[in-house]
Amino acid sequence: MLTALIRRAIQAIFVILAMTVIVFIGINVIGNPVDILINPDLNQAERARVVEHLGLDLPLWQQYLHFLQGLLHGDFGDSFVYNRPALGVIMERFPATLELALSAMFIAIVVGLPLGLYAGLYPERLSSRLIMSGSILGFSLPTFWVGLMFILLFAVQLGWLPSNGRGETVGFLGAGWSFLTRDGLAHLFLPALNLALFKTSLVLRLTRAGVQEVLPQDFIKFARAKGLQEHRVVLVHLMKNLMIPVVTILGLEFGSLIAFSVVTESIFGWPGMGKLIIDSINLLDRPVIVAYLMMMVVLFVMLNFIIDIAYTLLDPRVRLDGGN
Amino acid sequence: MKPLLDVRGLVTEFPGPSGKGLRAVDDISFQLSRGEVLGLVGESGSGKSVTGFSLMGLIDKPGKVTAGQILFDGEDLVAASPERRRGLRGRRIAMVFQDPMMTLNPVLRIGTQITESLHAHERISRRAARARAREALAMVGIPSPDERLDAYPHEFSGGMRQRVAIAIAMLHQPDLIIADEPTTALDVTIQAQIISEFQKLTEEQGTAVIWITHDLAIVSSLADRIAVMYGGRIIETGGIASVLETPRHPYTHGLIRSVPSENSRGSRLAQIPGVTPSLARMPDGCAFRTRCKRATEECHARPEQFGTELSYHRCFHPYEEVYA
Repeated sequence: MLTALIRRAIQAIFVILAMTVIVFIGINVIGNPVDILINPDLNQAERARVVEHLGLDLPLWQQYLHFLQGLLHGDFGDSFVYNRPALGVIMERFPATLELALSAMFIAIVVGLPLGLYAGLYPERLSSRLIMSGSILGFSLPTFWVGLMFILLFAVQLGWLPSNGRGETVGFLGAGWSFLTRDGLAHLFLPALNLALFKTSLVLRLTRAGVQEVLPQDFIKFARAKGLQEHRVVLVHLMKNLMIPVVTILGLEFGSLIAFSVVTESIFGWPGMGKLIIDSINLLDRPVIVAYLMMMVVLFVMLNFIIDIAYTLLDPRVRLDGGN
Repeated sequence: MKPLLDVRGLVTEFPGPSGKGLRAVDDISFQLSRGEVLGLVGESGSGKSVTGFSLMGLIDKPGKVTAGQILFDGEDLVAASPERRRGLRGRRIAMVFQDPMMTLNPVLRIGTQITESLHAHERISRRAARARAREALAMVGIPSPDERLDAYPHEFSGGMRQRVAIAIAMLHQPDLIIADEPTTALDVTIQAQIISEFQKLTEEQGTAVIWITHDLAIVSSLADRIAVMYGGRIIETGGIASVLETPRHPYTHGLIRSVPSENSRGSRLAQIPGVTPSLARMPDGCAFRTRCKRATEECHARPEQFGTELSYHRCFHPYEEVYA
């Protein structure tokens, strides 16, 4: 277990390093932040001073080495725009995105799992067919379009729910959370639903496929031959096998929920990391972009590891270090 | 004395491609007394496993029993409620499956899989259930049963798993066990062990057994009576000695002749010409007539059961002579 952990950590470091190199080169190609950030009215001397201050006068490889040096001291550099540490700027926005992603995940599981189970157990029913057709919509309608439709319907036409911002937040664990207040919850609902739509369809179809794969197996028949009640056959014998692929995919998808909440956050004006990164790319705020992408890599690596651990808990046949 | 099991004109159908039902089990009748062992013999697709699952009430949808009665201890199981049937399954009628690698749930501990079967049928404390499970494992010859209760199926060999399955089947001292080729998936030395173990236990407890197999050698060593199935029908049944020594039906005759023996060494092995027709293109009248050299015009009609309830054949032109 411990060796597996250490091996993962080392792998993660290499992945992160490779990632920073790619990002550094990539960002340099996109454009020069000097053109955007610096007031065109400044004279040449002032201009040179700012460029030097930002460290942009050095060749790329030296900039990169500087960056690595800072990294060793836990310093991701200062944001060009906010003039504060980039990591701090991101972390301020992190709770909002986390809240949105967790809410979306919650909806996906609470809606997708039971519906998928139902559609898998009674595939011939009309209601099951409707559920499956619905999931195709959830899969194929573009998020931004659905988001706009939600706003049009619930915010503009019906006026039931707000369409912008986080609403009232309550401080808890050193961050503001929307879901603790009525107003915040109302603000959270539409973007979370929008973000959850695709994942719900995914969970639903995954669950249904799992049911159809596990149900014909002999051990299900044997469980019935033992005279077990149907709820035990379904909730224990079926579900425990079913959860293995579902948990794996959900774990990976959670990372993508956080990383790709960009669209939803932009549409609903949700002040999370997704919106920040879009703004930063527009302004070529390199330190923020780099720090954000690194954070995403760390997040994915960590999620993968957590999934592996969950996997061993769910499936006794799997061991992390290959046997006892 | 009333037989334990009296099957009368049982028909199990699966919907065919053209909408008309395919009869996997076609009008079969047989009886079984307490403590008796019946060998149900036939090739793959002859309907012997479907017969077993029909008795258990575990026919895969959309197949179902469409006619006939299954009188178990005087009660018609075909007419019984699903909950009543569940209550009998595992408690009074148990089943052992063909492939032990597939019958135990891979993600549940052995102990759980045994005790849940106890909890399904009686009010019993966890502690008492565990003690019973331990006894059950010891009974089928599993060493250090206490530790093995916490093991998972993948930590057991195939033979050991089949012992566990047998232990589960014997748990409630059932009146009837349906053994669906329980040794086919095991290697020969383990086969012999399992058969003798099984025989010992069922004899001790006076359990009636339906042993489903395609292996005549196994049947001849452990069954009291035999029923030979072909095309979903029992084409011949009777005492083990009389059927094996003087088979009346040409199919039984061919089946016995095709078993390799000491006497036939060096000579060409006898075989039944042709292949088993699929359910959809089963010939009318006698199902075997297309492969039978004794067939005549008369065989286009469906042969009745000639003989008594316990010993009959379905052939217009049976062998009369003692088999030599």
